[in-house]
Amino acid sequence: MSGTQTTYNDKVVRQFAVMTVIWGIVGMLVGVIIAAQLVWPELNIGPWLHFGRLRPLHTNAVIFAFGGCALFATSYWIVQRTCHTRLWGGPLIPFTFWGWQLVIVLAAITLPLGITSGKEYAELEWPIDILITLVWVSYAVVFIGTMAVRKVSHIYVANWFFAAFILAVALLHLGNSAALPVSLTKSYSAYAGVQDAMIQWWYGHNAVGFFLTAGFLGMMYYFVPKQAGRPVYSYRLSVVHFWALIFTYMWAGPHHLHYTALPDWTQSVGMVFSLILLAPSWGGMINGIMTLSGAWNKLRDDPILKFLITSLSFYGMSTFEGPMMSIKTVNALSHYTDWTVGHVHSGALGWVAMVSIGSIYYLLPRLFGKSEMYSTKLVTTHFWIATIGTVLYIASMWIAGVMQGLMWRAVNADGTLAYSFVEAVKGSYPFWAIRVLGGVLFLTGMLIMAYNMFKTMAGGKTQDAPVIAPVAHHA
Amino acid sequence: MESVYLLIPVSILLVFGIAIAFWWSVRSGQFDDLEGPGFRILMDDDAIESKSLPGDADKKDNA
Repeated sequence: MSGTQTTYNDKVVRQFAVMTVIWGIVGMLVGVIIAAQLVWPELNIGPWLHFGRLRPLHTNAVIFAFGGCALFATSYWIVQRTCHTRLWGGPLIPFTFWGWQLVIVLAAITLPLGITSGKEYAELEWPIDILITLVWVSYAVVFIGTMAVRKVSHIYVANWFFAAFILAVALLHLGNSAALPVSLTKSYSAYAGVQDAMIQWWYGHNAVGFFLTAGFLGMMYYFVPKQAGRPVYSYRLSVVHFWALIFTYMWAGPHHLHYTALPDWTQSVGMVFSLILLAPSWGGMINGIMTLSGAWNKLRDDPILKFLITSLSFYGMSTFEGPMMSIKTVNALSHYTDWTVGHVHSGALGWVAMVSIGSIYYLLPRLFGKSEMYSTKLVTTHFWIATIGTVLYIASMWIAGVMQGLMWRAVNADGTLAYSFVEAVKGSYPFWAIRVLGGVLFLTGMLIMAYNMFKTMAGGKTQDAPVIAPVAHHA
Repeated sequence: MESVYLLIPVSILLVFGIAIAFWWSVRSGQFDDLEGPGFRILMDDDAIESKSLPGDADKKDNA
């Protein structure tokens, strides 16, 4: 290696990786608080800390702060390594970091104050929406610009997933956030009534599909092979997975609006597309898990692989559950119940959080000049606590959800409702308590991770790694 | 259902966009080798000091 080599831009990866853990703790803490508010309603203190205001803060913090930072960190790491080039984009790179942090801080201030556009997962008001747009366009320029100056001709499949996620989120954000401002803190959606609902869930479900799936699949296709030390089970399948997923994803949104004012045919289209999605999802899940085929023993003592492979199992589970719940007859039972909440968390805790946590554990020692995490034992502890927490969470929500659905629809012989609404609330109570326990466990795992992270960072040298020349290919 | 007048054209445009990206990637030889790229990402050893990271035991410094 010669002395005058360019280095990777690892500074921005370092910043985003550390903030992933910090925002993870914040977002999950708010989650635990609102779960506790359902068990102990006295915890709804004043207007600012009321469930209705903290719930969007929780979703924004875990999706866009925790998940977002994880996506920035891993995509910037992966695109540099697989394209064998330093991150391109000059001042836009630090802007994506500081701009994104500013968005998060503004969200944390405005949401408890009740400043909201009222659109789920897109609550932030128009000035923040504009800032998001600027950051996101910069992200797209940096990421795609780096792909454009790559030193190898092949674009590794993970980069396709990240690029699709970045472009799709830009389109969704622009489409759904279109609004007429009436003051600095208030705007009205450009759409009205059922049109607004349709656009909202076109955005909402594709945010799940592209923000919470495509990006994290990019993560999976890099870190699972790297940590396992073997290539992905079938590279061919990963390419098919990518194209199948993005060609079919866009129309699943109407399943959020079953049995509403949305025309029946639109609901059915949404259901059919949701069912189709099972195929590419499971293709990807099997591809990831089978990467360990013949080397299952690695799972025994490598907690990072445990995180990554378990995340894929939850991904498989929730992408089976999702299409099933989109079937109208199943949805008639599950809609508006805690089953939906459980389903979301099987994806959010089991898939998104676990694959991020595994990937960040892979990155941390490499970013801070260490050969491994401060304590591998604590990583293992984190894994078990997080897994038990997730299982408690989703199992309690399944039971509560199905029970609520059955109680709401039960009728007496004379056609009157068998149960009042509050009876279903009362019945849900013990399961909400179990959910708090699951959430506390998951949060505890994140606190262990933060301790392990700071111990790993202590005294580490944070110099950027030199760009590795591509191995001569066409071999 | 005016929203479909927006969403359907957007979807069609998008599918065309994706189709063009797919066409470009096939034409430019992105998928000529569907085995090698999987191995290639494993060739740059990013472990620090190669002390004892799992899976790195049998890897030599390939710089």
